[in-house]
Amino acid sequence: MYQFSGKLKTIALALMVVGALGVISGFLTTPSSVAEVKEQLHNAHQAHGAHGAPAHHEEQVAGHGSEASHEAHTGQEENSHHDEVSEEDAHAAHVFHQLKNRPWAAFYAALFFFFLVTVGVLTFNAIQRVAQAGWSIVLFRVMEGISGNLLPVTLILLVFLLLGSAHVHHLFVWMADGTVDPTSPNYDAIIDGKSWWLNVPGWSIRAIVYITGWNLYRHWSRKRSLAQDNAKDLVNYKKNFKMSVLFLLFFLFTESMMSWDWIMSLDPHWFSTLFGWYIFATMLVSSVTAIAIVTIYLQSKGHLPFVNNSHIHDLAKFMFGFSVFWTYLWFSQFMLIWYADMPEETTYFVQRFEEYKLPFLLLVVMNFIFPILLLINSDYKRIPHFVIGGGIVILLGHYMDVFIMIMPGTVGDQWFFGIPEIGALLFFLGMFIYTVFTSLSKAPLLAKGNPFLHESETFQY
Amino acid sequence: MSNKVIHALYNDDDILMDAVKKVKAAHHHIDEVFTPFPVHGLDKALGLAPTKLAITAFLYGLTGLSFAIWMTNYMMIEDWPQDIGGKPNFSWVENMPAFVPIMFELTVFFAAHLMVITFYMRSRIWPFKEAENPDVRTTDDHFLMEISVHDNEKELTALLQETGAVEINVIDKH
Repeated sequence: MYQFSGKLKTIALALMVVGALGVISGFLTTPSSVAEVKEQLHNAHQAHGAHGAPAHHEEQVAGHGSEASHEAHTGQEENSHHDEVSEEDAHAAHVFHQLKNRPWAAFYAALFFFFLVTVGVLTFNAIQRVAQAGWSIVLFRVMEGISGNLLPVTLILLVFLLLGSAHVHHLFVWMADGTVDPTSPNYDAIIDGKSWWLNVPGWSIRAIVYITGWNLYRHWSRKRSLAQDNAKDLVNYKKNFKMSVLFLLFFLFTESMMSWDWIMSLDPHWFSTLFGWYIFATMLVSSVTAIAIVTIYLQSKGHLPFVNNSHIHDLAKFMFGFSVFWTYLWFSQFMLIWYADMPEETTYFVQRFEEYKLPFLLLVVMNFIFPILLLINSDYKRIPHFVIGGGIVILLGHYMDVFIMIMPGTVGDQWFFGIPEIGALLFFLGMFIYTVFTSLSKAPLLAKGNPFLHESETFQY
Repeated sequence: MSNKVIHALYNDDDILMDAVKKVKAAHHHIDEVFTPFPVHGLDKALGLAPTKLAITAFLYGLTGLSFAIWMTNYMMIEDWPQDIGGKPNFSWVENMPAFVPIMFELTVFFAAHLMVITFYMRSRIWPFKEAENPDVRTTDDHFLMEISVHDNEKELTALLQETGAVEINVIDKH
């Protein structure tokens, strides 16, 4: 039995406390009124001269290739009352809403990233069970341990989403009052057209259904897996196989719908038909990386004597392969939109390219070029330091991917990677470490009842 | 000096792997092993130097990538400038996304084909070449290990018998 070491526990709790402080300070430092924002903007304008508010100027200068960004801005401003107030007031109110959104969005980005990693590991485990893979049995308890984070992280996610339904935060602009009411000044025909799917009750119920379904499978599968350890027959194993098939069917649909509901609806005017797959790719590559890192950590502490470097090699192959898969989907989404050049589609990338240029371009480097060059060599995939180093870059890169999915639709050009973002990241990292290693310490690290165990233990290549 | 060799035949790849390890452990040099299909880990068990084919594949891929960049630039920008996707900028860099599939395909094409040709050259295989394998059964379901004899015929035969060979022949190589 693995014991959660006191030192690691302290680190996890310290990360959570420091992170929570960062999150709270993020909420405390948001401006409390539009007047305050106006003052800030005024000062910034004077300090930087004409370059003080570039986004604002772009909005006024139509026709310089920025119609798209113009449209995106007005799309959001429909929620503020820009008929009644002057242009400058409207801009200040807009910035005020974005700044109010920032601590929430920062929290959501880290929450969603760690949720993706966790649910991805659960799915990867289910795929291994359904494929009746032989190589990965010795890693099953590591995967089950990581999916131990599912319940806490999905509960926080559910509360967060329902707070959105209750109008406590306003990350999802389509939820604003009057967007589907033709008599309201806030009326938005595009959102109204999608309201058969994108409405608050349906959205909230769906969130509950997805999260309940995933957690039920995780609970059930873990129980069967533990029961198989000392079983004399394969009843538990077979039941787990059948349940995993059903879960994958359920997940295939709910994952796509989850990606529309929780991420794509942040930019409610925009749509992409491969978005579910794109999120799936990010999820898979991050979760395989998480498995590799946790495995190598446990191995270095001597808890996994049955894991050899061929298992690490296979995980690194998946990291490499799924990085290419992610790039393929990322580029496919981009290229089709770039080629067709339709304003309602290009807004998404125009905004990201203009306001998020550095992180947007860094994504390709961190999630494609770096893993490709580092992990292309067969021998390097077996060296723990390379896998860990590459893994950390991949994880940071995919956090940034989530960041760039969430931020433009919520905080726009007011984004910054500062204390609220780092705080939320540390908080969820601490929670991840705490729940994962607690869950690992609750069962033997070798699933000794699995019929393919011998194949996994003697696995070469 | 006599050119005597021993041919030991096996009918299972796992038994062959174990046999190779035992023969190596007894410090005999294995000249060659003939198998009907690639056996994973055999190269390591035989102590062969790692293949450099992967490095050539990488270089061929880079060649293909460069060729694709040159080709798209020559065809679509220089020789007959094209208005791609309604964006008449006539610049390779700005039209780059449209060329990525071509760059990808030619990278794969060059890496794959040139690697196969390199592999054939390195293995000295060409059309109508006479087969080198000493026993036709190695193309069907048998594995053959060839060891040269240096006045230790009896000792080697006994060792090979022990490793589970189904047939052992001592042959004079010319």
